Amino acid sequence: MKHFKEALMRGVFLAAACISIAAVVLICVFLFAGGLPAIRKIGLSDFLFGMKWKPANGLFGILPMIVGSIYVTSGALVIGVPTGILTAAFMASFCPKKLYRPARAAVNLMAGIPSVVYGFFGLVVLVPLVREVFGGRGQSLLAASVLLGLMVLPTIISISEAAIRAVPKSYYEGALALGASHERSVFRAVLPAARSGIFTSVVLGIGRAVGETMAVKMVAGNQPVIPSGLTDGVRTLTTNIVLEMGYAADLHREALIGTAVVLFALILVINISLSLFKRRAE
Amino acid sequence: MSEKIKQLVSLGRRDPLSLCLRAAVWLAAAVTALSLLSVIVYISVKGAPYLKPELFSPHYTTENVSMLPSLINTVFITLLSLLCALPVGIGAAVYLTEYAGRGNRLVAVTAMTAETLSGIPSIVYGLFGSLFFVKFLGLGLSLLSGTLTLSIMILPLIMRSTEEALKSVPDSYREGSFGLGAGKLRTVFRIVLPSAAPGILSGVILGIGRIVGESAALIFTAGTVAERATSLFSSARTLSVHMYAISSNGMYIEQTYATAVVLLLLVMAINALSEAAAKKLGGEKNDG
Repeated sequence: MKHFKEALMRGVFLAAACISIAAVVLICVFLFAGGLPAIRKIGLSDFLFGMKWKPANGLFGILPMIVGSIYVTSGALVIGVPTGILTAAFMASFCPKKLYRPARAAVNLMAGIPSVVYGFFGLVVLVPLVREVFGGRGQSLLAASVLLGLMVLPTIISISEAAIRAVPKSYYEGALALGASHERSVFRAVLPAARSGIFTSVVLGIGRAVGETMAVKMVAGNQPVIPSGLTDGVRTLTTNIVLEMGYAADLHREALIGTAVVLFALILVINISLSLFKRRAE
Repeated sequence: MSEKIKQLVSLGRRDPLSLCLRAAVWLAAAVTALSLLSVIVYISVKGAPYLKPELFSPHYTTENVSMLPSLINTVFITLLSLLCALPVGIGAAVYLTEYAGRGNRLVAVTAMTAETLSGIPSIVYGLFGSLFFVKFLGLGLSLLSGTLTLSIMILPLIMRSTEEALKSVPDSYREGSFGLGAGKLRTVFRIVLPSAAPGILSGVILGIGRIVGESAALIFTAGTVAERATSLFSSARTLSVHMYAISSNGMYIEQTYATAVVLLLLVMAINALSEAAAKKLGGEKNDG
């Protein structure tokens, strides 16, 4: 009897472990089954490289959204990466002891603020600011980039800080012993040694920026056209789905699922290249 | 203070690069702190005056724009999602750390799938939920569809934190338990899981934070009905979705500010909880 119970529970635990695998398989199956027929009907190159998204006229080109996602993410990185890495260096090597606990709590809070709250803040603060300073309608590539730059900060800071702290103390001490100042030791000896962790933090930040939906939708303007300037509106892959999914039908609906397939594939490529990179670094 | 300034000036004379680096680091930290502060202060100052009692009336109408039903829905969705994800996540972690042997293929595969799951954007979860739970299983736009979607979303969080917590339980505990004649199962439930509880708790709190903040995954699964859900099969919106819905309406800007304040307070409370749990975890580590 006891033996049976042990075996039964082992099976139950095993089943639980398989559920995450089943979930990934289900997600793949349902997304691809929902999206691939549309991609086949529209034609892969017309879908991926089509410049016009006009569902009413049967035009389903998502190039503007792909480019939009890339622009917005790059903008977020331009703002978020330097600020995030420098802040991580601050947290790990420059922060006065008394300040550390509140600083840590602040970064955790930044990570916890819901994206609708960020989006709303962007809508009522960043958008009018952009409109007044740079002109245009305000809902723009610039507003979305700044907001996303802010939103990727906690990811970059936490993971980079952990990486910097994981560097053996001897690196820092060795640099000091050679006569380098505290700052030079941190930047020339410690940070380079932590580069693989810092790189990971940036990639995860990219994932967060590419995947963000609601906040971007509230500040980006959402025109399905490749923006020609920073103050133009922009639409990303994620916002394309959330904007039209509510009322889309037939091919239009399938094309939106196809958009999700492209998004999913993009995230997969990012994740897989990251784990390949990690394996090589090890 | 002047002593410090003198020091900085002499550092600048001796080694301008070091001074610049130090300035850059402090500047970046200040920018980060200021941007967080401006979000919190701006929303609180603008929103606090609008926190009126009618926003917490038991029923939603277009006049009172009450957030209470959504708040209650949030609590329900959170509890139900934990109810689904916790046993599965903990069970999976137990199998991976306690049962699967070293070099087991399943460990590598689940680690990969958990990583994949945690990288999937929430809108893709939302779309999957609407294709699978809402349409394929026929659950409709409902509390249940939303709950199941969120459960998959927080599963990797729970699995990871439980795995880490189980790994940090010293082997001597297990050996002691086996030595006293306890079976594997008894060891797991009586010895290993209780000692891993604080670590599991921190994963749970992270999951709660993710659920409370989620909106994109819920719009197409749980729907946007502003009333309190009466059953698992009725559509209902959480507080984040509520805030999104009233902010895109444009007529309820004051209520949106107020809802944002409540969401911020919720997140702060969750973070304070998580800090307390982390403290407890750290404290126990120091004792051992």
